[in-house]
Amino acid sequence: MSGKKPIISINGVSKDFPGGVQALRNVSMEIAEGEFFALLGPSGCGKTTLLRILAGFETPTEGDVFIDGHSMLDVAPNHRPVNMVFQSYAVFPHMTVAENVAYGLKVARTERSRIPSMVDEALELVRLGGLGDRRPDQLSGGQKQRVALARALVKKPRVLLLDEPLSALDAKLREAMQLELVNLQTTVGITFVIVTHDQNEALSMADRIAVIDQGRLLQVAGPAELYEYPKSRFVADFIGKTNLFEGTTVDWSGGLLAVLVNGLGRLEIPCDEKTLHDVGLAVRPEKMLLFEEDPGEGYAAFRAKVEKVVYFGNESRVFLTTDMDLSLEVSVVNASRDAAQHESGTTRWVAWRPSDTLILRG
Amino acid sequence: MKRRGSRPVGPLEYGRRAWLRVTLWATLLFLYAPIVILIAYSFNDSRRNIVWRGFTLKYYEKAWNNSSLIEAFTNSLTIALISTVVSVVLGMMAAVMLWRFRFPGRSAYEGAVALPIIVPEICMGVAMMAFFSRVGWPTGLPWPLSLGAITIAHISFSFPFVAMVVRARLARFNPELEEAARDLGATQWQSFRDVLLPYMRPGLVAGGLLAFTLSLDDFVITFFTSGPETVTFPVKVYSMIRFSVTPEVNAASTVLIAITVVLTTIAIWLQNRSEPKATEQA
Repeated sequence: MSGKKPIISINGVSKDFPGGVQALRNVSMEIAEGEFFALLGPSGCGKTTLLRILAGFETPTEGDVFIDGHSMLDVAPNHRPVNMVFQSYAVFPHMTVAENVAYGLKVARTERSRIPSMVDEALELVRLGGLGDRRPDQLSGGQKQRVALARALVKKPRVLLLDEPLSALDAKLREAMQLELVNLQTTVGITFVIVTHDQNEALSMADRIAVIDQGRLLQVAGPAELYEYPKSRFVADFIGKTNLFEGTTVDWSGGLLAVLVNGLGRLEIPCDEKTLHDVGLAVRPEKMLLFEEDPGEGYAAFRAKVEKVVYFGNESRVFLTTDMDLSLEVSVVNASRDAAQHESGTTRWVAWRPSDTLILRG
Repeated sequence: MKRRGSRPVGPLEYGRRAWLRVTLWATLLFLYAPIVILIAYSFNDSRRNIVWRGFTLKYYEKAWNNSSLIEAFTNSLTIALISTVVSVVLGMMAAVMLWRFRFPGRSAYEGAVALPIIVPEICMGVAMMAFFSRVGWPTGLPWPLSLGAITIAHISFSFPFVAMVVRARLARFNPELEEAARDLGATQWQSFRDVLLPYMRPGLVAGGLLAFTLSLDDFVITFFTSGPETVTFPVKVYSMIRFSVTPEVNAASTVLIAITVVLTTIAIWLQNRSEPKATEQA
């Protein structure tokens, strides 16, 4: 995202809560204009605190936040060019849908005659046209969320903040809303910053994702890069499924790194620099293949016993253990109706292309 | 027993269960028999309230023409109105303060606010009397000012009730609602006025009604703080009854009951009209 100018700059932000809880530790990142940006991490990692700092409901203990080039340290929430969709939606229960959407315009002293058409437009945008007279208690969870969206978007913010917007919806609706939010963002062209603990949500919606754990920013990258090139054990494990190995480097020559992997044996991986002595390796389950015989040249292959097969329809997950007692998980796509199923107790060769092995430095 | 057809009694058919009907009528009798008798005998054409002698309105007329009774009645309503308004404002502020802020001695303060509710009324009364005589509260002031001491005493035992009711309601408030208002551009005052106040309204109305009725019928504390010039309705009724229970007292009491019922009905109606479903949270 080097071409676009950043709309949000987070510079060395730390946040300590009374009682010794360090919610954020020296977090820095830039979010580009028009981006769909996700803050991803397990619950309690500090991502919501960061969002609340952007909205102005928390002040950083250290560091600064710039929105549109202006420091936000002394700017109250009501004067920031951002709006938020709250986790509970926070739709005002004593106002109708239209009154909810109009509220932000009223307190901003928008010309009265212009308000109704702006409200209608915003409701139309979130496909709630004609429901302006409803009261919040007559709405479903999904509709309340649309009210919260319309209420924030009608203010035409520079950045829209969304705090776990989909967590309260059921699975089907959540998937539909994911797509809709992406389309909405494309339509309005506003920068979206979304907080989520759901990696699938982040991968499928965001242009870029920041992974946060225990208050630390671990990696900022696009979905594919994050999945295929995670830098640390945590990111590799948190994003998608993965087989994690630990090993020691024994040799590096001719662009090949030789690692003695615990539970597997010697593995040679293409690598253009010598890494640490102790190294973490990861292979995604879908990058692994199962063979009845040693596939030979071009593969890293190890013998393992099938322990269990879990059938998911589109794929099967095969759990195996190597001769040296290492557990592996392989995902087999059922590409054909009579694709071979593997039976527990049988011995297979687990193989993958050495270049599909991830070298984890963190 | 006579069989009423073969259909068994359904779980919601309260009318067909004898013990439910007995409970219903027994509780109603227990609650309302004294009041019904009070009202009925206010229309009794007899000087002594023992036997029914026929219908009359002359005791209403008599009560109306009893200037000291009317004066006591006016005093009571004035005190009740002022103390209700002040109690609602004060109670609301105490509740919001307790709910919103963490400060040293907060729980002690919360206990201190609630204490007048459990302190025996007689002790409060004596304390009030001692207090007003100690500070040398002026007597013999012109009319509404002369009610100052009683009004202050009433506020002091009414506002804790308002604070408790409002506090209980605030405990279920979703703080994101106020943040949402701020986020949409509202100042602190605007978010209080537009979000928190409407949310507290049912609590304020309920607390206000409580304060009004507490003030209107208070006898003990008022008795200790009232002077000869500032008699309230309950104190006046007490002094009238010391001679005999006359239908005149019944008539005045009936009017008081009617006023309370009408005011309560109006308050509930206003509340229902302004928010059809006050239970909605977020």
